[in-house]
Amino acid sequence: MKKLAVILFLGILVTSCGGGAGAGSDTKSTQDPYDATKKTDNGNPTYDPKRGEGKFTKVEVGATLDAAKATNGEKIYGVKCSSCHKTTDEKLVGPGWKGVTSRHSAEWIMNFVTNTDAMITKDPKAQAQLEICLVRMPNQNLTDDDARALYEFMRKNDGIK
Amino acid sequence: MKKIKISIAGVALVSMVLLVQSCKPKNAGSAVNTDAASKAYVAPGKYDEFYNFVSGGFSGQLSVYGLPSGRLLKVVPVFSVDPEKGYGYSEETKPMLTTSNGSVPWDDLHHLDMSQTNGEIDGRWIFANANNTPRVARVDLTTFRTAEIIELPNSAGNHSSPFITENTEYVVAGTRFSVPPDNANGDVPINSYKKNFKGSISFISVDKGSGKMDIAFQLRCPGVDFDLSHAGKGKSHGWFFFSCYNTEQANTLLEVNASQRDKDFIMAVNWQKAEEYLKAGKGKKETVRYAHNIYDEKTHTATSEIRTQVTVLDIKELKDICYFIPCPKSPHGCDVDPTGEFIVGSGKLAALIPVFSFDKIQKAIAAKDFIGDYDGVPVIKYESALYGEVKKPGLGPLHTEFDGRGNAITTMFVSSEIVRWNIKDLKIIDRQPTFYSPGHLCIPGGDTKKPNGKYVIVYNKITKDRYLPTGPELAQSAQLFDITGDKMQLILDFPTIGEPHYAQAVEASVIKNNSVKFFKIEENANAYVSKGEGTAKVIRTGNKIDVYMTAIRSHLTPDNIEGVRVGDEVYFHVTNLEQDWDVPHGFAIKGALNGELLIMPGETQTLKWVPQKAGMFPFYCTDFCSALHQEMQGYIRISTAGSNVPLLFSTGKNLPPADSTSTAK
Repeated sequence: MKKLAVILFLGILVTSCGGGAGAGSDTKSTQDPYDATKKTDNGNPTYDPKRGEGKFTKVEVGATLDAAKATNGEKIYGVKCSSCHKTTDEKLVGPGWKGVTSRHSAEWIMNFVTNTDAMITKDPKAQAQLEICLVRMPNQNLTDDDARALYEFMRKNDGIK
Repeated sequence: MKKIKISIAGVALVSMVLLVQSCKPKNAGSAVNTDAASKAYVAPGKYDEFYNFVSGGFSGQLSVYGLPSGRLLKVVPVFSVDPEKGYGYSEETKPMLTTSNGSVPWDDLHHLDMSQTNGEIDGRWIFANANNTPRVARVDLTTFRTAEIIELPNSAGNHSSPFITENTEYVVAGTRFSVPPDNANGDVPINSYKKNFKGSISFISVDKGSGKMDIAFQLRCPGVDFDLSHAGKGKSHGWFFFSCYNTEQANTLLEVNASQRDKDFIMAVNWQKAEEYLKAGKGKKETVRYAHNIYDEKTHTATSEIRTQVTVLDIKELKDICYFIPCPKSPHGCDVDPTGEFIVGSGKLAALIPVFSFDKIQKAIAAKDFIGDYDGVPVIKYESALYGEVKKPGLGPLHTEFDGRGNAITTMFVSSEIVRWNIKDLKIIDRQPTFYSPGHLCIPGGDTKKPNGKYVIVYNKITKDRYLPTGPELAQSAQLFDITGDKMQLILDFPTIGEPHYAQAVEASVIKNNSVKFFKIEENANAYVSKGEGTAKVIRTGNKIDVYMTAIRSHLTPDNIEGVRVGDEVYFHVTNLEQDWDVPHGFAIKGALNGELLIMPGETQTLKWVPQKAGMFPFYCTDFCSALHQEMQGYIRISTAGSNVPLLFSTGKNLPPADSTSTAK
């Protein structure tokens, strides 16, 4: 009898806790933006770790360097990136840029620098970097053109002529 | 025995019920209904429905609350320094507090009025008055920062301010203290008030695009105390109404001497007529001195200019600008209903509330229905301007706002209550106690053409037993009432910053989407900006050291500086390179006789530091920014005067550790 009472009491406790949690959870009804099953804005059904997540699906990259773009990208690098990234392979706050264009696709890089927060939360490679650097890369509010120019500068830095 | 017990209990119960019925509620327990909590509850992570901008009174600042939760969202520094935000401490913000007297670190901010278009709140700016050293400020509601401050010459005690016209054509400022004009000799006996003292009302024009203020003209008025004001609207657009007291023109013990007359005045100002006189060249240019300070969001820098001329229109000479309307017993609040037809004067010592009719005032002026003049200004017959009186509203009526459903709500300071009455039949509908001694009150849009009659917020001067004791000084408070039903229902109270006077509230949607998230680094035009770490540097010019420093999560560049000496003046120009929302960096250095910097993303701010002695001085980021925030630090080495340590600066240059035997180079 005593045992039953204890079980009943526990049962009540558990039920009431459950109810409490349920009541609390309805405070945020918005969909989890990082839910991997959710369709992305451009209709991709699942997360593509090669492409990353963001507005860039297919970036046209020339066989040779677009020097004007690269020069523009270098300027942007000076203002918005150089505080944390070296052009060598040395890690500063974030990883050095040497070889970055062979580690990631153009789409991944341009999505990452424009949709930073979402990708850090979701992308396996970005998360691995976060564990090393422990500083979430800031969103530096680059335009699409800025992101493309930066990618060209990265290509130049990686020896594309 | 049992029976007796029951009957005793019964008597006790009945008498308790009687007690409750016969007494006014003494505490929140009896004044708050059970559903109050749900009405004021805003769940974690949810936005409030309204912004509430509340004057900070003698704190000199403006606080921003969310309604209905009463959560404090921000304190905007306006007239007082704020070391937390570097306001008044950074080189860029110091000019904001410049006046013709020099830099004034404090003021008493009483009233707020939001910019309007067609008589509705447009959410662009909010204006504030400085009561002590007369000024008007404009706060930009995209940045929630003070954008401009203009000083008022010929003025003292700028109280009936900063009320605005329905298209923000003008912000007004009226003197509480009449004084001898600035260009007259003020070194006169105090009891020459009647001869030498003048009132002054300033009409400050506001540029439609930029919001920039300029004193268009001043009205030279008889020496009385101007108290509060509101613009006409709709049919009465073109007119402004000011309450005034001390028509006795007393200069001492006003408590008694300014309460002699049965009636003081509301002054009706035909400002469109004043504009005509101004155009016709009837204004007199006077030489005065006043400061005009503007904060530029591109250079992130304020500039201050001293201006030297103001145009004055004398209302005694230019007869048809101003008219006095008798108003019982030292009127305080002067409030115009949403239609513009009714002007409510609240005589703080009167046992009634007079309601004046704009149409009747116009008729009386046309028919010259005057009972004489006061110091050369016509006085309209009371009955000819009066629409009617609200009888026995309570004690000490102060301020009135409108619910947009044909009703007015008035605060009663002495009897600690708010009273709702119908504007047409002047009958009292409801009264509710407040805790205690309410001054101003606010309904969202309650002084515009379109009030949102969901809530009234009442600002109390006294809280006494309402909160946990905090020593001799207790908080002032705001009380939120739901006014959608027949009875006004108290649902929340919360303490406020400083003493809340007037307040404004508006639907959040009018403001929230325009909020600036960061400043574009590309557009930063500060003279000392560093656009990228590569441009960080230290430059010596004589004994002036300019440190061009950058901040980004989580380091400062440069973070090692040597070659600075006692006798130097060091300016840290810190640029925040972040380009994302909610990532300010702070900057502080040990021993600085100064505040900190709080630098918004993309902004540059400068801290001046004069090292007092040789030694090692650490500096760091004060605003927690990342997991490596504690690493965001650096050192500046200060050498003795005349030392020849070379100027060096770096970040991340890992020099081999200096041998302990050779500490100096």
